[in-house]
Amino acid sequence: MRFAAPMVVLSATLLAGCGLNSVPTAEENAKARWADVQAAYQRRADLIPNLVATARGAATSEGRILTDVIEARSRATSIQVSADDVTDPAKVQQFQAAQDQLGGALSRLLVNFERYPDLKSQTNFTKLMDQLEGTENRINIAVRDYNMAVQQYNTTIRTFPDAIGAKIIYGADPMTPFAARAGSDVAPTVDFGNGF
Amino acid sequence: MAALRSFLVLGWLLLWLAAPAQAQQFPPLSGRVVDVANLLDPAQEAQLTQLSEQIEQASTRQFVVATIPDLQGYPIEDYGYRLGREWGIGRKDANNGILLIVAPAERKVRIEVGYGLEPIMPDGLASTIVRDTILPRFRDGDMPGGILAGAQAIGEQMKLPLEAAEARAAAQVQAGDEGDGEGAIFLIFWGIVLAFMLLSMFRGRGGRGQRFRRGRGPVVIWGPGMGSSGWGGGSSWGGRSSGGFSGGGGSFGGGGASGGW
Repeated sequence: MRFAAPMVVLSATLLAGCGLNSVPTAEENAKARWADVQAAYQRRADLIPNLVATARGAATSEGRILTDVIEARSRATSIQVSADDVTDPAKVQQFQAAQDQLGGALSRLLVNFERYPDLKSQTNFTKLMDQLEGTENRINIAVRDYNMAVQQYNTTIRTFPDAIGAKIIYGADPMTPFAARAGSDVAPTVDFGNGF
Repeated sequence: MAALRSFLVLGWLLLWLAAPAQAQQFPPLSGRVVDVANLLDPAQEAQLTQLSEQIEQASTRQFVVATIPDLQGYPIEDYGYRLGREWGIGRKDANNGILLIVAPAERKVRIEVGYGLEPIMPDGLASTIVRDTILPRFRDGDMPGGILAGAQAIGEQMKLPLEAAEARAAAQVQAGDEGDGEGAIFLIFWGIVLAFMLLSMFRGRGGRGQRFRRGRGPVVIWGPGMGSSGWGGGSSWGGRSSGGFSGGGGSFGGGGASGGW
């Protein structure tokens, strides 16, 4: 019984250490970050009808690109991935692809707005651009936080000793991070030479 | 014995605390005005500090002015939210911190708004303050004037008692924190631990050892409900900063607006 005290310490730490607690904590955290990602993208989707309405009046010859944006938006908003499905790489990639396509269409539209000085001078339009800029920033941060949470969760369920609890108790599957962004889908640059 | 135990404890401590080192370096939060780039004279710093104190007294919101000589290659949007999180400006349950960040080398300025203040300081308003109040003065070379005027404009908004929106945001944050099932796991866990302890005590009494009668050092146990919240980053700014100012643990999610001149 000489080792009673260390045994108590050891068994308690082993119990706490085998993922009983850390696995669901990491999982809930990653799921919450996924919800943030979706909220940030939704925020962008909500801005687009306003943007399109404002642009349609001034930038009349951009009908083609406006249609692209509207279509990409409806495709992107039709793909929702619940937090329970982020363990499915195909679904996450589909979601990301649709959002990236919308981002691409949006950035083409923004580049073309350059040709309309009277559009740029509208305060309404400037406000929309401010909001869009903030939204893209929030998307970047939400995606980054999500990827960090996923990385933490995936590490937790794969490393000793948490892997024991993850396998035996929770049957945990790794979650899918967002892929690194290629050139085509970087956030649209909101630069109109109006001080931004 | 004692050596063995402290070795075990130390080992576990190291395992748990081994967090990935942070790559980005931030200046320490030395007060309500962190003028690393030396744009302000002491009187102006005092004025801004007083404004920040007034805001915090009126509304518990934390406002910090930071001048950063080097953004280390990060865009100011990127640097800003990380700085806000690093310093933990704003109350933890309300995320009601706001930063005015000026980077003279990169010629960038940003108002970084904590999660909880986004309804009160929406991007459009932050952008208006940057564009109409701060940037014209910066373009004229009047850095302190731009900072003071911008801080005043932020202060006017921050002192407004729009508490309804904020209380709601805080309530949502708190509701989100209460994980279901956490309580059950907690009980089961400590039940098992208690069983272990009782078991070894009884065995200890019946057997040869009498370890638990003699008061040894405290038994250190980790488990749900401990750690994670208690061990977070250091809170060591208190002593050296003017007036003992420190962040409340608020977080940032990219709200606000930036501009360049």
